[in-house]
Amino acid sequence: MRTAATFARSFAALALGAAALLLAGCTQDMATQPRYNPLRASDFFGDRRSARPLVPGTVPRGELRSDAKLYTGMSNGLLIDSPPFPITRADLARGQERFNINCAPCHDRTGYGNGLVAQRGFRHPPSYHIQRLIDAPLGHFYDVMTRGFGAMQDMSDRVTPEDRWRIAAYIRALQYSQHANVSDVPAGERNKLNRLPAAASVPAGHVAVPPASQAPQKESK
Amino acid sequence: MAQIFHRSTNTLSKLSIFGAVFFLAGLGGIASLVIRSGFYTQIYVAREQPIPFSHKHHAGGLGIDCRYCHTSVETSSFAGIPPTKTCMSCHAQIWADSPTLEPVRASFRSDKSIEWNRVHKVADFVYFDHSIHITKGVGCATCHGRIDQMPLTRKQNTLLMEWCIGCHQHPEENLRPRSEIFNMAYEQPSASAPVVHRGESYTRQAALGAVLMEEYKVQSLTACATCHR
Ligand code: HEC
Ligand code: HEC
Ligand code: HEC
Ligand code: HEC
Ligand code: HEC
Repeated sequence: MRTAATFARSFAALALGAAALLLAGCTQDMATQPRYNPLRASDFFGDRRSARPLVPGTVPRGELRSDAKLYTGMSNGLLIDSPPFPITRADLARGQERFNINCAPCHDRTGYGNGLVAQRGFRHPPSYHIQRLIDAPLGHFYDVMTRGFGAMQDMSDRVTPEDRWRIAAYIRALQYSQHANVSDVPAGERNKLNRLPAAASVPAGHVAVPPASQAPQKESK
Repeated sequence: MAQIFHRSTNTLSKLSIFGAVFFLAGLGGIASLVIRSGFYTQIYVAREQPIPFSHKHHAGGLGIDCRYCHTSVETSSFAGIPPTKTCMSCHAQIWADSPTLEPVRASFRSDKSIEWNRVHKVADFVYFDHSIHITKGVGCATCHGRIDQMPLTRKQNTLLMEWCIGCHQHPEENLRPRSEIFNMAYEQPSASAPVVHRGESYTRQAALGAVLMEEYKVQSLTACATCHR
């Protein structure tokens, strides 16, 4: 009798175990918890957005926009011509990266306004290398990114103000690059021109390295 | 009291207990096959979307950087899905009367979000963070495959725990220089196509991986609390 009871009990335990295992496969409560992950749809709010818009006038912590130069590119109603913070080499590199991400699709990487999207039918943006834009104050570029211009949408939700200044600084660098002479390069740096592909970490053999005598005199693309 | 069961049932019951072991093992085996199957993981299955958005067109053909649309991928756990406004930055003019794009324009006019269907989703009890992977040298393509060749977005990896752990145990096998994170066509170094990093040329992933582990201070994180917190 004892053994039969033990058998029955172990049978029940096994069956329970198996059922628990099977059931575990069905309950997904832990996998979809009643909380909002980023952008998850909401049944509570009428517009189905769990990410709620800010009440007008809200100032997020640390984002009080009191520095007019930094946030509007203007001082006393005039566009400023110098960045509101010193631009270092790292800032320029960051500006280049952000330019290639956000601007190059239309403006192309050299700034002539011939990006792939423009080639597919978007209105061609003006080249950065026309006199009007060469003469424009730096704040103009910042302002265009912040508020949009013509067919171009504003970038204020996608690019931070600091990055917009870095991009503006990089655009200046692009403009200089199109009418620069070898003599503009500091003497100590000149020999680097011959080693450009290596410096840009292009695998050896992928780009023909120009021989020293043919170093670019005046870059024109 | 008369015996209810015949003596032979003794053998039967013993047999069935013995058999239950195999039965349970079999069940376990089937379960583990099922959760790895495409049916459960939905791997390679393109999801139906309200608009047939093509990464092949946008990221591949037009060469738009991932960060144009997935703006927070470098700084946040969440990669970000572009708002309708981002689509309209181009489609206000390009294909502006295409019927395919009507839901985009409708969303822009009515201020109602486009409701994309999720392709990748880890369970809510798992913590995943994009920014750490991007910063430590894991490329988008390592986890998402060649997105730039997908007409409709699909999953290229199972996202099962064993997949995460597989890399966390040996991250050096999957690291690449930070400059190559968004390069979809990047291939691991080989003798015919070396990878240049900081002026050094590498022909083997083992050598490059070891250098990157050191440079980016990458650890092998396998403690349960890394992902289940
Ligand atoms: C023009 C904007 C745009 C660009 C550029 C873009 N994406 Fe996307 N991406 C989207 C949209 C919209 C979705 C949602 C629809 C879908 O899943 O196809 C999406 C979805 C995804 C998903 C799936 C998300 C999910 O639901 O799990 C991944 C992964 C992804 N993108 C990766 C990339 C990568 C990698 C790149 C760079 C090569 C890239 N995207 C470039 C707009 C873009
Ligand atoms: C940077 C510019 C740009 C952005 C941003 C962009 N697109 Fe496009 N899209 C294009 C271009 C250019 C084409 C046409 C491609 C071609 O002609 O090869 C296109 C084509 C399309 C098509 C095919 C249209 C048709 O009728 O066949 C769809 C659908 C589409 N885009 C959806 C979207 C969605 C959804 C978004 C927002 C997540 C988006 N696009 C964001 C530039 C863009
Ligand atoms: C280590 C693997 C890994 C890498 C590298 C990776 N992703 Fe993801 N991605 C995931 C996982 C896992 C999810 C699902 C996340 C979730 O469910 O919360 C995901 C989700 C997404 C989504 C949907 C939105 C979200 O965040 O949930 C997008 C968009 C995306 N990834 C784009 C990218 C882009 C662009 C890159 C390259 C910069 C990238 N991913 C790199 C694993 C990765
Ligand atoms: C291709 C390789 C790879 C894959 C696949 C991968 N990871 Fe990682 N993961 C890494 C690396 C590398 C790190 C950085 C380790 C370090 O901090 O040194 C990391 C770090 C993390 C961290 C630590 C973040 C923090 O803030 O502490 C989490 C959490 C994480 N991964 C979750 C996941 C999850 C969940 C998955 C699967 C959905 C996954 N990872 C898949 C390579 C990978
Ligand atoms: C690198 C990240 C990572 C680490 C480390 C990790 N897990 Fe997981 N775990 C996951 C992911 C991702 C899933 C979800 C798989 C899925 O959605 O099917 C998961 C799922 C699970 C599940 C649920 C299975 C299910 O479907 O019900 C358990 C239990 C679990 N993990 C236990 C552990 C334990 C115990 C450890 C430590 C030894 C651990 N995990 C370490 C990523 C991780």
